Amino acid sequence: MDSKGVYIQELTKIYIDPKGNQIKAVDNISVNIKPGEFVTLLGPSGCGKTTTLRMIAGFEIPSSGNIYLGDKKINDLPPDKRDTAMVFQSYALFPHYNVFDNIAYGLKIKKLPAQEIRNKVSKILETIGLQGMEKRFPNQLSGGQQQRIALARALIMEPGVLLFDEPLSNLDAKLRVYMRSEIRRIQRQFGITAIYVTHDQSEAMSLSDKIIIMNEGIIEQIGTPLEIYYSPKTEFVADFIGIANFLEAKIISKKSDKAIILLQGKEIEVAYSGDKKPGEKCKLIIRPETVKISKTGQFKGIVKSSTFMGSYQEYTVECGSHTVQIHDVNPKVKTVFSEGEDVGIELLPENIHII
Amino acid sequence: MHFLKRQKGCKSMVVRTKLLSDFKDMKKILRDPILLTTIIFVIIILLTFIIYPLYSVLNESFVENGRFTTSSYIRIFSNRDFQNTLKNTLILGVVVGVLSTAIGFIFAYANVYLDTGLAKLFDIVSILPIVSPPFVLGLSAILLFGQQGIITKRLLGIQNANIYGFKGLVMVQVMTFFPVAYLVLKGLLLNMDPALEEASRNMGASTSKTFLKVTLPLMTPGIANAFLLVFIEAVADFANPMLIGGNYSTLATQIYLQAIGNYDMQGGSTIAVILLSLSILLFVVEKYLVEKRSYITVTGKSSRKRELITDHRIVLPIKFICLGVTIFVISFYILVPIGGLFKTWGVNFSLTLNHFKYVFNIGLKPFTDTIFLSAVATPITGILSMIIAFLIQRKKFIGRSFVEFASLLAMAVPGTVLGIGYILAYNTKPLLLTGTAAIIIIAFIMRSLPVGVRSGVAALAQIDPSIEEAAQDLGANTFQVFTSITLPLIRPAFFSGLVYSFVRSMTAVSAVIFLISARHNLLTTQIMAQADAGRFGVACAYSTILIFIVYAAVYIMNFALTKMQVGQQEII
Repeated sequence: MDSKGVYIQELTKIYIDPKGNQIKAVDNISVNIKPGEFVTLLGPSGCGKTTTLRMIAGFEIPSSGNIYLGDKKINDLPPDKRDTAMVFQSYALFPHYNVFDNIAYGLKIKKLPAQEIRNKVSKILETIGLQGMEKRFPNQLSGGQQQRIALARALIMEPGVLLFDEPLSNLDAKLRVYMRSEIRRIQRQFGITAIYVTHDQSEAMSLSDKIIIMNEGIIEQIGTPLEIYYSPKTEFVADFIGIANFLEAKIISKKSDKAIILLQGKEIEVAYSGDKKPGEKCKLIIRPETVKISKTGQFKGIVKSSTFMGSYQEYTVECGSHTVQIHDVNPKVKTVFSEGEDVGIELLPENIHII
Repeated sequence: MHFLKRQKGCKSMVVRTKLLSDFKDMKKILRDPILLTTIIFVIIILLTFIIYPLYSVLNESFVENGRFTTSSYIRIFSNRDFQNTLKNTLILGVVVGVLSTAIGFIFAYANVYLDTGLAKLFDIVSILPIVSPPFVLGLSAILLFGQQGIITKRLLGIQNANIYGFKGLVMVQVMTFFPVAYLVLKGLLLNMDPALEEASRNMGASTSKTFLKVTLPLMTPGIANAFLLVFIEAVADFANPMLIGGNYSTLATQIYLQAIGNYDMQGGSTIAVILLSLSILLFVVEKYLVEKRSYITVTGKSSRKRELITDHRIVLPIKFICLGVTIFVISFYILVPIGGLFKTWGVNFSLTLNHFKYVFNIGLKPFTDTIFLSAVATPITGILSMIIAFLIQRKKFIGRSFVEFASLLAMAVPGTVLGIGYILAYNTKPLLLTGTAAIIIIAFIMRSLPVGVRSGVAALAQIDPSIEEAAQDLGANTFQVFTSITLPLIRPAFFSGLVYSFVRSMTAVSAVIFLISARHNLLTTQIMAQADAGRFGVACAYSTILIFIVYAAVYIMNFALTKMQVGQQEII
C-alpha cells in the first residue's frame, strides 16, 4: 500500500450564514502529516474538525489555502478523483447492495477484473473478521459489523490516506472500545496514513500518534497524546483534555529550563521553558490524580466534598483561596476522608505544568 | 429574502457575499462536466417549455403591433360577460373549496380518529376520483340528474331538469376535488401527537371540548391549506365546466372559447394572464403563508398508535355521512360502464353493444395515439423529474432557485394557460412544433413534472446524503452516483412517479385540447366531443374503455413493481 503524507497549507473555510455574516469554520490552519501516521482532529462540536476533513476529501471547497496529498496538490480535484477514502459517521453503506457489492463498489468503478475483485474482497473480509457475510444486506448486520464493512469498503481502495469522520459515535460504549483497537490494529497492519475526527478524547488518546486540538477554527495544539495531556499549551487544551486544576501562582526566578514559583506562600521549583519573566503571574495546571492527600501535607485544607467513584475517591478540597480537585486511586486500601475534615495535600513538582 | 429588509444598510454586501459563496460552490460544479451539462440542459428545458410559453401569453396580451398596450385588459375588464365569468370563477372556487374541505375533513377524521370498521373502503373511495378520467363524474351526473336522468326524470318525475350550470358543476367538482383535501388533512391528522389530546382529556376536557379546543385549532392551518389547494384546482379545472358548466362560464373555459372558438388570441391570452395571476397568488399564499404556519411537523411518525373513538354518538353520524358520500361516489362510477350499454339513456333502456361497436368503427386511432403519446412521455417525465429533484435537493449552483421556482410554477399554472402558451410559443420558427406529436408529449411531461419533482425531493430528503458522498469518495462520478445509488434508493418515488405520469397523461384534457390536430386524436377529447353532441352512450363507452386502460396500466405497473421488489424488504 502506497500511503502518502498530507500537507495542509494555510487552509481557510468561510461560510456565509443566512444573515449574511461570514463565519470562519476553519481559520488559516497548517498541518504536516507524515506517511503512515495516525492523526486525530479533536475538538468540541463546531470547532472546524469535520470541515477540515471534508475539505481533504473534496466535499467542501476551501475558501483559501492548499491541500497536498503526497506531493500532489489536490484542491481542484473532485472527490472521485482524489486518492482518499472515508469512513462516515453514519457508515453510509449502500442499503440496496449486499456486503460484497458494498465493498466491491469502488473497485467496480475502477473496472478491475471480476476475479481480482473477488480475491480482494475475500481477503479484506478476512482482515476484518467477517468472512462468509458477502450476501448479507447492511440492515442484517449489527452496528459493529456495519462499521467494519464501512472500514473495509474504504480500505480496499488502498487510498493514500484514510479519513474517519467520528466513525464510532453510533456504537455502544463497550463496542466502541473494541472497535477502537480494531481500527488501530488494521491501520498499523496496512501502514496507512489515517486522519480521524472525533470529539471523544479517550478515542483520540488511544488511537493517535499525533493529536491536533482544534477550537473555533484554529489549531490550539499539535502533539503526541502524552504532550497534549501533560504539557498543554493553552488553558483550552488543558480543560478540554481530562480534568485539570488551574492554580494561580507567581514566577519568582527563572533559570534555563527551570523556574521557581510562589504558590500560597511556598516556593516550588518546576520545569519551565516558556517566556514568562520573574514577577509575572502564571497558571499551574495540575491533574487531579497527581495530587496526594493525607493527614499532613504541604498545604492545609478542608474537604468540601468526598465522593466514591469506583476506581477512585473524588475530593474537592478548599485550600486557602484555591479549590483543588483530587482523585485518589484505589480508595479501598487508603484512608478515606469525609466532608469537613482537615487534610493536607502535596503537589509533586514534576506534575506541575506552567502556562 | 425577508432578512434583506431588516438589514438594509448592508444589503449590497449581503448580496455580494451570497453571490461569492455561490461562486465558490460553483467551483465544485465546474470541475464536474457531467453535472454542469445536466444543469444547463435542465435550465434550458425549463426556460423553453415553462417560462417561454408563459412569456408568450404575457406578450400576446400586452403587445399589439409591436407596441405595449393595456387596451386588451381594458376591453376585457369592461366586458359584462367577463365580469360575470370572473365572479363565477371566484364563487365556484370558494363554494367548492369549502364543501370539499368539509367532506375531506370528515373522511380524514373518520379514518384517523374513529373506529368505523370501514377505513379501508373510505380510503379507496376518496382516492378513486384522483385516478379517474375527468369526464366520468360529469357524465354520470348527467345520466343521474340530467333531462333524461334516472333520478330526476324516473324517480322524481321532473320534466326538463337542468343539471348544466352552477349546481351540477359544484356537485361534480366537489366529488372530484374532496380527495385533495382528504389527503392533506389525513396526513396532518396522522402526524398529530395523540399525547396532546390525551393531555386535554387528562385535564378534564370532554371529547367534544378537546376536539373544539385542541384538535380543530391545531388543524386550522391545515384546513386553510386544503381549502386553498382545492380552490386552485377548482379554478383551474377545465373538463368539468366544459362538460357540465352550461352557461356558467369560468376563466379556464373562457380562455379556450376565446382563443379557439372566437379566434381571439389576444383576448384569450389576457384572460389566461388573469387566471394565472389568480392561481399564482393563491399558490404563493398557500406555499409561503399557510403551509409555514402549520403547527404539526409532517416528518416523523407519531410515537404511539391513537386510541380510536368508539362512542356511538360520535361514530354513527360521521359513519352515516361517509357512507352516504361513498355510495354516491360508487354509484357514479358504476353508472358510466352501464350508460354505455343502453340504447338511448332515459328514452330507450334496451341493452345494446352498439355504442362500443361505434367506438371501434371510428377506429382505434384515438386509443393508439393516446397510449403511444403517454407511453413516450412517461419515462421521460420519470427520469427528468428525478434529475431535477436530485439537483434541487443535493446540489448548490447558480440557477438552483430558478430550477426550484420553475418546477413549482408549473404546478400553479392552469392547464389551459399552458395550452394557450404552447400554441402561441411554438407556431413560429425555430420552435415550430404546432401539430406535431412532440408538442403533445412535451405538454404531458410538463404537466406531470411538478408532482414527480416534489415526490423525488421528499424521497431524497429521507436519504442520508453521505451515502452518495461515500459513492463519490470511492471514485464514482456524478452520473455513476445518480444511476447506481440515488435512483435505486428513490426507486419507489420514481416508479410511483411513472404511474402518476402515465395516468395523468392518459386523462389529460386542459392543456392538450389546444394542441391536438387532425393527425393526433386523444381519447379525452373524443369523450368531450361525443358528450357535446349528446351521444352520451358513446361517451360512456369511451370512458369505460379509458378507465379500463388506465386501471390495467396501473395494475400492470404495480405488479411489475412488486415483482422487481422481491427481496426489497430485505434491503430497506
